[in-house]
Amino acid sequence: MKILVPVKRVVDYNVKVRVKPDESGVDLANVKMSMNPFCEIAIEEAIRLREGGTASEIIVVSVGEQAAQETIRTGLAMGADRGILVKSDAALEPLGIAKILKAVIEAEQVDLVILGKQAIDGDNNQTGQMLAALLGWSQGTFASDLKIAGEKIDVTREIDGGLQTISLKMPAIITTDLRLNEPRYASLPNIMKAKKKPIDIKELSEYGVDASPRLEILKVAEPASREAGVVVESVAELVDKLKNEAGVF
Amino acid sequence: MTTLLIADHNNETLADSTLKAVSAASQMGGDLHILVAGAGAASVADEAAKIEGVAKVLLAEASPLQKQLAEPMADLVVSLAGDYTTIASAASTSGKNFMPRIAALLDCSQISEILSVEDENTFTRPIYAGNAIATVRTSEAKKVITIRTTAFAAAALGGSANVEAVPVPDDSGLSSFLSEELTKSDRPELTSAKIVISGGRGMQSGDNFPMLEKIADRLGAAVGASRAAVDAGFVPNDYQVGQTGKVVAPDLYIAVGISGAIQHWAGMKDSKVIVAINKDEEAPIFQVADYGLVADLFTAIPELDEELQKAGL
Repeated sequence: MKILVPVKRVVDYNVKVRVKPDESGVDLANVKMSMNPFCEIAIEEAIRLREGGTASEIIVVSVGEQAAQETIRTGLAMGADRGILVKSDAALEPLGIAKILKAVIEAEQVDLVILGKQAIDGDNNQTGQMLAALLGWSQGTFASDLKIAGEKIDVTREIDGGLQTISLKMPAIITTDLRLNEPRYASLPNIMKAKKKPIDIKELSEYGVDASPRLEILKVAEPASREAGVVVESVAELVDKLKNEAGVF
Repeated sequence: MTTLLIADHNNETLADSTLKAVSAASQMGGDLHILVAGAGAASVADEAAKIEGVAKVLLAEASPLQKQLAEPMADLVVSLAGDYTTIASAASTSGKNFMPRIAALLDCSQISEILSVEDENTFTRPIYAGNAIATVRTSEAKKVITIRTTAFAAAALGGSANVEAVPVPDDSGLSSFLSEELTKSDRPELTSAKIVISGGRGMQSGDNFPMLEKIADRLGAAVGASRAAVDAGFVPNDYQVGQTGKVVAPDLYIAVGISGAIQHWAGMKDSKVIVAINKDEEAPIFQVADYGLVADLFTAIPELDEELQKAGL
């Protein structure tokens, strides 16, 4: 079974982003970039399926600028077999990305796609579901457990209020939630080995897909700020203030 | 110009989030129809018909719709979509699951988790875990939108719309429901609770969460947790408040042993009053809390319980 793992290069999750003074976007100059955390979980799951004998090959794909190659390399160092970079300098929306991924999947004949439930920059939570729709495949979103049995895959999903297990017909799209696994760190020998693994560089135009944006971002602003309140000296004072000052009880 | 809002429900009762989603959808202009898709959900449709501002309720019943799985939901909504300029739902795990599938089948972009309606084509939404707010304008003929319901007040009751049954397309057989494991609790649901008390890594163990539960029961509150507490295995993931968990905006949020990482902040910053109890006075949570108490939670929480009791709570 061939697994495709789409990944995204995003601002590292420990970085507190700043909005540009002209409100045209967030300031990404000299900011640490990393693989989106949910994408790491997706790669880890694919590797575990290969280690368990279910998967034969793992392809990591990213759509973005040249620098996204580093993110693909990170996936290869974790254990994926080869990479594909679809180059695009334009900011793409989830629907456009899903269309490109569909074209990649048709060219590569993959059986299963595992990807993060959302990227921590745009927070859209759309690409996997859109890809499933475009391919006419089943979808198992927000996965916390996977069991593959022949032509079916059982997916346990994180839902409001608990967990839900569904059975999907393969081929399928899986999007990962936090508890699916704990991604491994790439070891130094594996980082060295990953340098020799192949990455195919493609131009977006090779796929003949219209991925032009449909939305216009008018501005990006700071959220309303909140001022620090008071420090109380005791629990009794806290309860008194909550009752008589804040009026929440 | 008509909006179709897809209701959140469990086939018995309508979720609170739907009332809030109605408020958001009403601001988009035009008529508002609600789709109740489920199995044996007629009482939910009747409930939806009583929401003020709703012109019509569509009831689609079939067993594959019982759990609102994405594949049959998307096929259903696409079959109805022709008449609508906007298709909307709450950004619940169920809406997040099926809405992008609907959008892609209609070849439309989606605007996720809107916080406000600026005009019929312009919306604000959080990006970077709420550290920035984007104002987005769409030029799509059909809009697909999910709503962050904590940003909107609940719509009032008092309407009397007609309920109309609609046909359901044949099931594609791509997915089927196997089982469900819902956290059983007598406490209110996290996203709709008026008071939330959450524990973080400082709780040290899941065994210490009953301390918070005791307070929660006294206050009629829900119990939440930070991602750190979930990652450490103290409590299940559905307790998680934050960027990668639930977004809450209660009247009172009590953060216990939570440092206040950006990721947690994103999930609770719209709470009206925030209380932080932490023994580390440098914890970032104190910079945003209305009331901070620098104390060891293992002495402060039992004391809080006593004081609340004294206060007659």
